[in-house]
Amino acid sequence: MPVANPNSRIYFDYNATTPLSPGAIEAVTATMRDQFGNASSVHRFGQQAKARLDEARSEVAALAGADPSEIVFTSGGTEADNFAIRGAADAAEPTGRRHLVASAIEHEAVLNTLRALARRGWAVTLLPVDQSGIVDPARLRDAITSETSLVSVMHANNEIGTIQPIAELAAIAREHGALMHTDAVQSGGKLPLDARALGVDLLSLSAHKFNGPKGAGALFVRRGTRMLPILTGGKHERNRRAGTENVPAIAGMGVAAAEARGKLAAESVRLAALRDRLETGVLAAVPGTAVNGDPARRVPNTTNISFDRVEAESLLIALDLEGIAVSTGSACSSGTLEPSHVLRAMGLPPHRTQNSLRFSLGLFSTAAEVDRLLEVLPGLVEKLRGLTRRPQPARTSS
Amino acid sequence: MSGGVDSSVAAALLAEQGYDVIGLSMQLYDQSEQHRRFGGCCTLEDLHDARRVAAAIGIPHYILNLERQFDTHVVSNFVREYAAGRTPLPCAHCNSDLKFAALAERARGLGADRIATGHYARVECDEAAGRYRLLRGLDPAKDQSYFLFSLTQDQLGRAQFPVGGIEKTEVRARARQLGLAVADKPDSQEICFVPDHDYASFVARQAPEVRRGGPIVDEQGRVLGGHAGLHHFTVGQRKGLGLSRSSTGAPMYVVALRPAGREVVVGPRPSLERTRLVSTGVNWIDEAPRAWRPASVQIRHRHAAAPARVRALDDGRAEVEFDEPQIAVAPGQAAVFYDGDAVLGGGWIDAA
Repeated sequence: MPVANPNSRIYFDYNATTPLSPGAIEAVTATMRDQFGNASSVHRFGQQAKARLDEARSEVAALAGADPSEIVFTSGGTEADNFAIRGAADAAEPTGRRHLVASAIEHEAVLNTLRALARRGWAVTLLPVDQSGIVDPARLRDAITSETSLVSVMHANNEIGTIQPIAELAAIAREHGALMHTDAVQSGGKLPLDARALGVDLLSLSAHKFNGPKGAGALFVRRGTRMLPILTGGKHERNRRAGTENVPAIAGMGVAAAEARGKLAAESVRLAALRDRLETGVLAAVPGTAVNGDPARRVPNTTNISFDRVEAESLLIALDLEGIAVSTGSACSSGTLEPSHVLRAMGLPPHRTQNSLRFSLGLFSTAAEVDRLLEVLPGLVEKLRGLTRRPQPARTSS
Repeated sequence: MSGGVDSSVAAALLAEQGYDVIGLSMQLYDQSEQHRRFGGCCTLEDLHDARRVAAAIGIPHYILNLERQFDTHVVSNFVREYAAGRTPLPCAHCNSDLKFAALAERARGLGADRIATGHYARVECDEAAGRYRLLRGLDPAKDQSYFLFSLTQDQLGRAQFPVGGIEKTEVRARARQLGLAVADKPDSQEICFVPDHDYASFVARQAPEVRRGGPIVDEQGRVLGGHAGLHHFTVGQRKGLGLSRSSTGAPMYVVALRPAGREVVVGPRPSLERTRLVSTGVNWIDEAPRAWRPASVQIRHRHAAAPARVRALDDGRAEVEFDEPQIAVAPGQAAVFYDGDAVLGGGWIDAA
């Protein structure tokens, strides 16, 4: 029976986006109401807005293990990734180092930016991943050359949660004089982040993945990194990103970053326990299931499970009609579902790449919600499996 | 929900009547390639329209990916038929092999008891006979029962056509009343996936091997000219033959296509007349008549069903004899048998 009251719906899609924390909502609305000024203005209105911006910059820097001067605010994770890659590539162009390396399981924000550069004549190498979705640093050693200007490997994967050995990869990049970028959109607020310890030059964050608002993100740019802006205009963000700052959203990002950092240790433990309850519960209750990704090296909130002989598309819809929101990997703007490029890159057979669901938990997830999922899921799978289309001779008119 | 006005109003009417409605749209091909390969059905724009309508009437809406099934059951068949010198009817395949098959099956998996579409047709349960009857839509100008003849009893039993009992003008009026943005959206074209009605180019893109020419011959086998591929022709066609009137004496029509010799056979208009046809793959909705029974028989979408008699043959075939000769009986199209408004059955025209 479909759930009538949307408030009783269960949300297990935190990797797509998260609900705002009450503190972030308050920061956004208070800034909209009370600090509408342009942060570049000299007068007091501008000063107040600038103060909100500075506070947020400090909090985001603290979340990333960076200095505030190394944080450039953007419109979100996609712009941060675009800025990292295009900004570094544009700066490297005159040096003739026109080779980029990334992993095969990057987010589309990275992959499609690389494709755009490839059409402009850049060489691009995509590193394979192993069956658990992890890049072997030896593969980077094989791929990197003196022509390589940038290596981009995501910190945690959005679909399977697998964590990459970024520090090792960054060391290899540095040895070869290449910059290292990591897309930390899915690890920000979920794992302790330390840009210095990771050894990266560039690191992307997105506010709405850690209970902040949409429309705010950041790129950490290690001091001294040569970058060209991709948005040109006024002298905002130390000449690195033109455009009047989205102060309300950035203020919300700052509060969300502070909150996430404050409860990261406790939340990691709580979410990992919930996630394991969900995962072991599904594996026990539904035959023909398997977990995709690395069981140990992954963010605490994510599990990706393949269901034999069920179309993930149908299972997702059936769950939604029961009031439970999940995903089949990365959400697509048209709302339709494509086989996962991540699971394919892991070398999984089609029946696993096409039949997988991602469950991602967060701030407001509870054990009762997990138990509700475990109550309805086995029946839905059984029903869908019972209806799996038997092959029929195609009727033709010839 | 195609994003058109008919399925939009169908969904709205059901929701209004208190049904628990789930909106489903089909993604039928890779949208990124639509401009290169496909025409105007179920484009991203249409899917957006469907989503907006669903939101406006307050029902959930999902897009199902049926690209593979659409290609297997509809597009490949369409191309194969044209390549074989026949005139296919993809909408009928789309109904019985996709919408009321793969799509209905998915819907059943989601707990749906019935599947409704925006077709202009009616289904009735004939309790005395213990079977479902398929009737023409109430609006004669919009009737789509011709495209639904291949639905089985099982499929009809789960089908619902909410706009089949009302007129198109009323459908548009209801859409306006409900404030649906699609109220004045133009009707979709007959074969939705072919851009610009250019079937020949579509077929040639999908199956380049069809671009093989052959002779144009008259009924006596005399060669009158040449052609660039059978897929350019359909029985009854007059234009595009490239024959000069002076050489033929009278306007010439395509009377047959012979794939074996890649021949296009032409003749004067009387040569198009047929009083008999045999159809294959026949689906009987009413009882299959072993003896001749009177019926009116429709041989293409815009054809006024003609008085005839029909009987079932072996191997899923049926034979039709018309009272008066009919023009342009094209193999590959459907011959649908009616008793008044009721569809008795129908099959694919094989030989005429």
